[in-house]
Amino acid sequence: MNTGRRSFLKASAAIGGGLMLRAVLPMPAAAADVPIGRLTAYIRIAPDGIVTIRSKNPEVGQGIQTMLPMLIADELDVPWSAVRIEQAPLDPAAFGQQFAGGSTATPLNYLPLRQAGAAGRAMLLRAAAESWGVAPDTCRTEAGVIYHDASNTSARYGDVAQRAATLPLPALDSLRLKEAKDFRIIGHPIPGVDVTKIVTGKKLYGIDIVLPDMLVAVFEKCPVFGGKLVSANIDAIKSMPGIRDAFIVRGNGGRDSQGVTDGVAILAKNWWLANRARQELRIVWDEGATAEQSSQGFAAQAAKLFDEPPTMWLRRDGDADVAMKSAAQVIEARYDYPFLPHIPLEPQNCTAHWQDGKVTLWAPTQNPAPGRSLVANALGIAETDVTVNMIRMGGGFGRRLRNDFMAEAAWISRQAGGVPVKLLWNRQDDIQHDFYRPAGFHALKGGLDKDGRLIALTDHFVSFSRDGKLADSAGLNEYEFPAALVDNLSYGLSMMDLGVPTGPLRAPRSNALSFVFQSFVDELAFKAHQDPLDFRLAVLGQPRVIRADPAKPNPRADFDTGRMRDVLLKVAEISNWADRAKLPPRSAKGIAFHFSHMGYFAEVVEVTVSKAGEITLDHVWAVGDVGSQIINPLNAVNQVQGAVLDGLGAALGQAITIERGRVVETNFHEVRPLRMDQVPPVEVVFLTTNHLPTGLGEPALPPVIPALCNAIFAATGKRLRSLPVDTTMLRI
Amino acid sequence: MSYTLNINGVTKTVDVDGDMPLLWVLRDELDLTGSKFGCGAGLCGACTLHVDGVAVRGCQTPVSAVGKAQVTTIEGIASVAIGKHLQDAWLALDVPQCGYCQAGQIMSAAALLAERPHPTDADIDAAMTGNICRCATYTRIRAAIKQAANAMATP
Repeated sequence: MNTGRRSFLKASAAIGGGLMLRAVLPMPAAAADVPIGRLTAYIRIAPDGIVTIRSKNPEVGQGIQTMLPMLIADELDVPWSAVRIEQAPLDPAAFGQQFAGGSTATPLNYLPLRQAGAAGRAMLLRAAAESWGVAPDTCRTEAGVIYHDASNTSARYGDVAQRAATLPLPALDSLRLKEAKDFRIIGHPIPGVDVTKIVTGKKLYGIDIVLPDMLVAVFEKCPVFGGKLVSANIDAIKSMPGIRDAFIVRGNGGRDSQGVTDGVAILAKNWWLANRARQELRIVWDEGATAEQSSQGFAAQAAKLFDEPPTMWLRRDGDADVAMKSAAQVIEARYDYPFLPHIPLEPQNCTAHWQDGKVTLWAPTQNPAPGRSLVANALGIAETDVTVNMIRMGGGFGRRLRNDFMAEAAWISRQAGGVPVKLLWNRQDDIQHDFYRPAGFHALKGGLDKDGRLIALTDHFVSFSRDGKLADSAGLNEYEFPAALVDNLSYGLSMMDLGVPTGPLRAPRSNALSFVFQSFVDELAFKAHQDPLDFRLAVLGQPRVIRADPAKPNPRADFDTGRMRDVLLKVAEISNWADRAKLPPRSAKGIAFHFSHMGYFAEVVEVTVSKAGEITLDHVWAVGDVGSQIINPLNAVNQVQGAVLDGLGAALGQAITIERGRVVETNFHEVRPLRMDQVPPVEVVFLTTNHLPTGLGEPALPPVIPALCNAIFAATGKRLRSLPVDTTMLRI
Repeated sequence: MSYTLNINGVTKTVDVDGDMPLLWVLRDELDLTGSKFGCGAGLCGACTLHVDGVAVRGCQTPVSAVGKAQVTTIEGIASVAIGKHLQDAWLALDVPQCGYCQAGQIMSAAALLAERPHPTDADIDAAMTGNICRCATYTRIRAAIKQAANAMATP
């Protein structure tokens, strides 16, 4: 625990009485490199003992609205049954950064929010002690009650909350946090706070928002990214039955994530009428330069780039060329993976009401503060004139870190003359106007010595640039596995210009790179005639922390080979890895691991591949190490199972194809998430280690894809070097 | 055109085109927003509801086809024992992540249990494979269906 930093706590009486505690606390040191500001938490205790805790981050299905208040409530020492949760308003000045991304909420909030709860408890305890004229350290709390055992006196929190609010704030280093053995809420299974509303169909999501006199809008954009509108048959659309308004939007010239693009808005009383009218739209587009681009073209261009040296080096250790010459075996392989969509089940939407030069939004966004900036910039108004209400999201997976739908809704409400507008995309809009996981191409070379040891590895990564810079989420970190574990290693990069917008998809970069490196390592193990587990353990070597930057710690990048070894050994144990030779023909297990988002995961997939090439997912085992404490085990298992199945779905059934600068796929028959009849049992085990608890939204996903491909190789002898899995390759 | 509908036991009249899907009549005309829009093509199951007890996709059911049939949505499913047991099981097992698909999942599961009170895994696969859960909470959905079935069987 870091108590050395300057910090302060403030309390003020809440409106309507009770205790309002505002705690402004420093970040945990281990997360200091993450660009997150201070954190603030609000607690309100009513005279009847009901404790209202504001949850500061947006809820996208990761369970944060339950988890963050758990941290406060446990240290405050109140029973969970007395807690009511409120979504906090967007107010970074009070709450610090409020977003859902990067599996950051756990490491950033674990200590500060517990401290906030402990500060509240200390103030309540002191208030009671003073009213009794006894020393605070002779009192104790339990489940929302303060006791002075010597005098057999007690008071409920609600009785002293008013008085507590007038007290000075405790010094941060005076706070006593619970030991893990004393947790009553943290580490206990707590159901999600919204589940009753979910299963009874109550209004919860952005798509459910209804305002008085609201119209519903659709927005047709150019199918080619970056295209400009030349003309449209607006009058014909306006005259259609039920259409209240239609107009050309000229946008602010910004490209996708920078603002509003050209298009046509159609407004009606109900969405079906507005969406139906789109079929009659006749728009002439100037498609622009991106219309020249295609997935096939990129593949051909990448193949040519592989004939040249990389345009830049990301890392060069030792001398890989010399080492390859001395190697007993050199193995070469090329890997590629496609663009991917996010496809949250709730299509993009946002409700906006422009009034008197200001706009209010009801936004299902993972990233509300940049959304507010985007709207202000697009509309040319001050950020203080943009009010954002955070709404629970029907999935995000990173898509809702970008806020194009917010800017569009605000723009359409203004151009419609201040009518409240709910903008709702259809599924095709969602698939064809995403910020895609970038495709990528890798030419790998590995050198083994006569004993099968990995002595050299090179990767020439062909990725994308956009507007002259590395495209969003298209990078390869110089410390990516197996960097620093192989003496002679180089990572080189070449880039192709891309007009297609890209962005973070659950476990960005890792969701592709784990497939590449953990599959290639499997190839090397096979060539070395070694067990894939043993080969990996040998590459990891002795337990040690490999610093990405030897000069200073970087908890998001520093790699602990011992933690990885331990999850690998555990997953081998629970999956009965050693006995896998007993499986029937064309059934096999594959193994892989990955470190990302400060989490260590090793996974084993067991598959059976029929003679027709059909893949049955028989079983998955996942072992994770995300530190000393699983905060909400009920949700933690759900997140890992979901991440594992998400990765399997993407590997088996998803790709975005670009042709003539536009996306070919339109709906769920073409980009296919996993379905019930494909789902295997997924066993999840957590190793608890003496490290800061870290997030679970993402790190379980990456290794399942190579574990799947490695299992298919073991079952069929066919090495899959391209995603999604082509089952025609597996037929015999 | 005017249509009189029986929704969750309540009579409602709407004046809409006959080919307007029931999903949008519910959501945008009657403000019953529990049934969700996910694909508009009968591919995801988020809009699943019951017409005379049969699970259908609300986005593929024109309002003109409903007639006098009884429409049940997630808002009304607790009025039958199966629905209540399923909701209780969903709560007990903490099934949802984002939760957006779960109304459709429960409606498909309710139709399954009405037909097969003791579903096998193959029955569950057959009945539930039309419902996408993008968060992939399938393991818990399967377990919750079985738990609800057991609760139904235990008086």
